[in-house]
Amino acid sequence: MTNTIFLQQLVNGVSVGSLYALVAIGYTMVYGILRLINFAHGDLLMVAAYAAIFGMGIFSNSWIAFPLAIIITGCIGILLDRTAYKPLRNAPRISLLISAIGASFLLENLFLVIFGGVPKPFPRPDFFASVIDIGALRIPVLTIYAPIITILLFLGLLYIVYRTKAGKAMRAASRDFETTRLMGINLDRIIALTFLLGSCLAAAGGIMWAMKYPQVNPFMGIFPGIKAFVAAVLGGIGNITGALVGGFLLGLGEIMIVALMPELAQYRDALAFVILILVLLFRPRGIMGETIVE
Amino acid sequence: MSSDFQEQSGAVQVRGGLTHRQKTLLNVAALLCCLGILALFSRYGSEYHVRILNNMAIFITLAVSYNLVNGVCGILHLGPNAFVAIGAYTSALLTLSPSEKQINFIINDLIWPLSIVQVPFALSLVAAGIMAALFAFIISFPVFRVRGDYLAIVTFGFGEVVRVLCNAAQSITNGPLGLKNLEPYTNLWWSWGIAILTIVSITKLINSSYGRAMKAIREDETAARAMGIDPFRQLLLAFLISAFFSGIAGGLLAHLITTISPTLFMFTLTFNLLIIIVVGGLGSTTGAVIGAILFAWGGEALRIVENPMDIGIITIPGIPGMRMVVFSLILMLVIIFAGHGIFGRNEFSWEMLARICLRGGKRVGSP
Repeated sequence: MTNTIFLQQLVNGVSVGSLYALVAIGYTMVYGILRLINFAHGDLLMVAAYAAIFGMGIFSNSWIAFPLAIIITGCIGILLDRTAYKPLRNAPRISLLISAIGASFLLENLFLVIFGGVPKPFPRPDFFASVIDIGALRIPVLTIYAPIITILLFLGLLYIVYRTKAGKAMRAASRDFETTRLMGINLDRIIALTFLLGSCLAAAGGIMWAMKYPQVNPFMGIFPGIKAFVAAVLGGIGNITGALVGGFLLGLGEIMIVALMPELAQYRDALAFVILILVLLFRPRGIMGETIVE
Repeated sequence: MSSDFQEQSGAVQVRGGLTHRQKTLLNVAALLCCLGILALFSRYGSEYHVRILNNMAIFITLAVSYNLVNGVCGILHLGPNAFVAIGAYTSALLTLSPSEKQINFIINDLIWPLSIVQVPFALSLVAAGIMAALFAFIISFPVFRVRGDYLAIVTFGFGEVVRVLCNAAQSITNGPLGLKNLEPYTNLWWSWGIAILTIVSITKLINSSYGRAMKAIREDETAARAMGIDPFRQLLLAFLISAFFSGIAGGLLAHLITTISPTLFMFTLTFNLLIIIVVGGLGSTTGAVIGAILFAWGGEALRIVENPMDIGIITIPGIPGMRMVVFSLILMLVIIFAGHGIFGRNEFSWEMLARICLRGGKRVGSP
């Protein structure tokens, strides 16, 4: 393999990893507070992609359409919590999990019924469409923007979690639900905020995912969602920095292993799990261990 | 724990509680009743009904064996689709005739010993169970190193890995093309016979000292360890038995639908099984059976929502895909309003039935 191809794949891996990371953060935040594997989280990717398509159809301006799509997805995230998870706050955790699976089925099939199963093309705005040449490298700008946007959003999230009162309440809730409530914190509001933030990040990831692979269909969120969850576990679930690290590692690992050993390409979907199982063998609590949410 | 207790207290409550012999008689009578119904269906039932009944039995086998790990041991295991896949492929490869195999494998040839073997269906089912259990044994070491949600994701991962392997290992599984033209060996006797065998053996296991040890691990692993229970051994036992029966069910499934491909064994299969056992009542074998029956029957019954509907003057055109929307809505409502499932952790017993019947009749007489 030449240096050029190696570098190209490296950049590509970082870029895919950043998308996993964005989605993984939402998983890890919800897990940190509710101890719930939110299987419907991946489907928010798909919701955001559809919302962006329709936003582009109406406004034909990505600076309006994309933020709008992100906000809509955030609201759907809150709605999800209110309808599917809130009634089950005191139920056994397995019920919550089934409710999440039900919500995921519902979102997928509702969109299937409304929009049909034919993949829709995603209108890629010019701003993200160009390709730049660095020496012999040809890199789509999206590949460069994705990690940058991810890092910026991540820094914003860190600010909210560590420097604001609501963030402090979130961290408290992830440590101890009951005591947090005793301190006079409105838990439902904090959980709603968690879902809002997680869903907005997933939406940003979803829109970039749709620009990278411009085929939007009701089931497009499943596999990125599952891999993002693997990334969250890889990093140590409940830990947002862990989710970021896990996302980047998983994206890089997946792309680089296939690049170095092309004969493994058909096993690509299983690689994420093989990496996960190997890491958990040596670090049963993920790379960043179990420091409860942050 | 709870079910044993209830059975005993039930025996005390019902006056002149049933003796062991009476219970055996009732069991035999119920079994004969089941067999009679099956005989009627296999002779006079339409193909469609027989198909649903077969599906029901296979899902009962899968749900009861899955419940042993998830409900009785309290382990969140999300990879039964791997066991089913391995069972289905093993059994299918063993019953296909060598000439059929040559027609099936057009891209890569099947590897040597498998390409010429052909064994009877019964033997292939045993092999399916053994292969699935063998796989369970191999993965049990990494799986039981972790607990809780980490275990869930590791088993989920193994499920996906097996599916991807089925897709990629073309010289064994024929890849995405799958295996076609299997003989439709599965009939009502096979499917329900295996289902009843599964229910009986797993119930016996749950009520034995092994079953009590498993429940102890579910309630509190540390306390169970302090009582001298080795969690790894108990969990491994449950895991292997569950895999064995799931593998057999996979073989039955393959010879029911006669065409298998990797997409059949996606994680949706796991989710469906999880839904069945949680809606039925996690930890209850009766619940698993009821859940499986509801699932197999309900899936068909819900087809009406996809048909055009006449409401007075307007006709609502049938919308394909509506069935899953309604299904997921019902599922969420059931979970939200009946959090512990239909049966909770209770089990069916003749005393329970007697109590329900007598409650109506004895209200006047007894205090």
